[in-house]
Amino acid sequence: MSLPIALEHVTHAYATAAGPLPVLDDLSLEMPEGSFTAVVGPSGCGKSTLTRLVAGLMKPDRGVVRLGGKPVTGPRKTVGMAFQNPVLLEWRTILQNVMLPLEIVGSGLSKTQQQDRARELLALVGLEGFEDKKPSELSGGMRQRASLCRSIVHRPEVLILDEPFGALDAFTREDLWQTMHDLRAQEKFTCVLITHDLRESVFLSDRTVVFSARPARAQRTVEIDLGPDRTLEDLYAPRAVELLAELRREIQIAQGREAA
Amino acid sequence: MNTLRKIAVPTAAIVAFLLAWELLVWANGWPNYKMASPSDLGPAFVKYKWLFLEYGWQTLWRTIAGLLLAVVFGVFLGMVMGFSRIAREALYPLLVGFNAIPKATVVPVIALLFIGQHDLNTILIAFMISFFPIAVSVSIGLSTLEPEYRDILRSLGASNFTIFRKIALPKTLPEFFGALKVAVTLAFIGTNLMEIVEPHGRGLGHLFDSGKINADYPLMFAVLIALAVLGIALFYVVVFLERIFAGWAERTPG
Ligand SMILES: Nc1ncnc2c1ncn2[C@@H]1O[C@H](COP(=O)(O)OP(=O)(O)O)[C@@H](O)[C@H]1O
Ligand SMILES: [Mg+2]
Repeated sequence: MSLPIALEHVTHAYATAAGPLPVLDDLSLEMPEGSFTAVVGPSGCGKSTLTRLVAGLMKPDRGVVRLGGKPVTGPRKTVGMAFQNPVLLEWRTILQNVMLPLEIVGSGLSKTQQQDRARELLALVGLEGFEDKKPSELSGGMRQRASLCRSIVHRPEVLILDEPFGALDAFTREDLWQTMHDLRAQEKFTCVLITHDLRESVFLSDRTVVFSARPARAQRTVEIDLGPDRTLEDLYAPRAVELLAELRREIQIAQGREAA
Repeated sequence: MNTLRKIAVPTAAIVAFLLAWELLVWANGWPNYKMASPSDLGPAFVKYKWLFLEYGWQTLWRTIAGLLLAVVFGVFLGMVMGFSRIAREALYPLLVGFNAIPKATVVPVIALLFIGQHDLNTILIAFMISFFPIAVSVSIGLSTLEPEYRDILRSLGASNFTIFRKIALPKTLPEFFGALKVAVTLAFIGTNLMEIVEPHGRGLGHLFDSGKINADYPLMFAVLIALAVLGIALFYVVVFLERIFAGWAERTPG
């Protein structure tokens, strides 16, 4: 099951030594159930803050975040997260790492069922045969695959990805995009992907939201109308190039390099 | 082959060291009241073997008791400082100040405070001298835990205790064992400090002191060697525990 995400007039500021730092400014966004939304914007504009609000790790100063219509009041078991840093636990095997959320949420699965579920996902992302390896024995790309498996092993309604491919080399990154496509075909979740790679947002998302510089507003939402079966080659087709150019223009505006 | 090498190489090093020592004393013609040589140590051990066993045991168990106390208190303090920024800011200067005091100056204070209680006194000094690195390492280990590690579990509604048990504790173990290796050596220093200074004391420190009073250099050097052996033994116990509990942190060479 997946749930729609809605942000309604969300405003947030961090308390810092130099006084309040406004980060989100009257931000409203709708992400339909099962959709894939990418968020791009200048660095430090408040993208990670958005993910922490949706995950219930923080409360906004003003406004509401809703999952399936209900206001988010705190962390919930039906959220999955992955970050740029795969944060795998080095003392556990890959399989045990992927099973971690199941230990927390009390999935109602037996140990064997938990293992089967984790193995199934690992196979899906191409990590079959690496179940009993330690994270230090895997490459960066493989670790990030394992981290993705962990983020969805408990069948979350909402998946939050904060620049998960940001630290990977270009080729590995494209492999991971493909993996992400496969996962999405198989699993049901509403996904928010933070990224600074426009091609990534065009390849993966249904819509890409461009944030303004801090304090962030949703400056522009671009529908990525490339259909669900898009391939990497499609990124070089005219429609994709058009979308990329449009996003790039918006980013330039967001960074204040071009008048709106 | 590999195990053989692991034993043979350090053994050869020790033998070479003893030979060099023997040679140095022999070449200089130093008499026994100036510098003992390794060949004098054997007879000294034989002559005092029961004292060595009895006093060695006293030194060992009191060091271990002090060390255990240091582990319990150090880990507790480290956890408090690791999780609470306020506690960290409040306790750090106190701790550093306490650690900066040479423990030799604390020895008479403790000896007067708990007069006649040899065991307690000795354990206390061993404890005081060795808890600092443990507290610091645990607090640093916990406070430098990347926030993402916490968020992974917190976003699922895990309690702080679960986060501590599943992530923070195991992740801090390598730092903890690193500090424990330092603490072992320090605890021995603490035990002997008290044993040497305290009148009518016990333990190897006392044996050393009586060797000094009688100008029995072979005995004094034999005590030093016995202390080194105990220190090495305890150190490798820690290494063994580290392999079991934090072996994952070891980088495989190559
Ligand atoms: N806990 C915090 N306390 C104070 N300032 C913060 C905190 N977290 C983030 N910030 C600041 O808020 C701004 C937005 O942060 P973030 O949401 O992480 O940006 P992004 O992910 O878009 O790069 C940045 O300037 C950052 O330095
Ligand atoms: Mg960020």
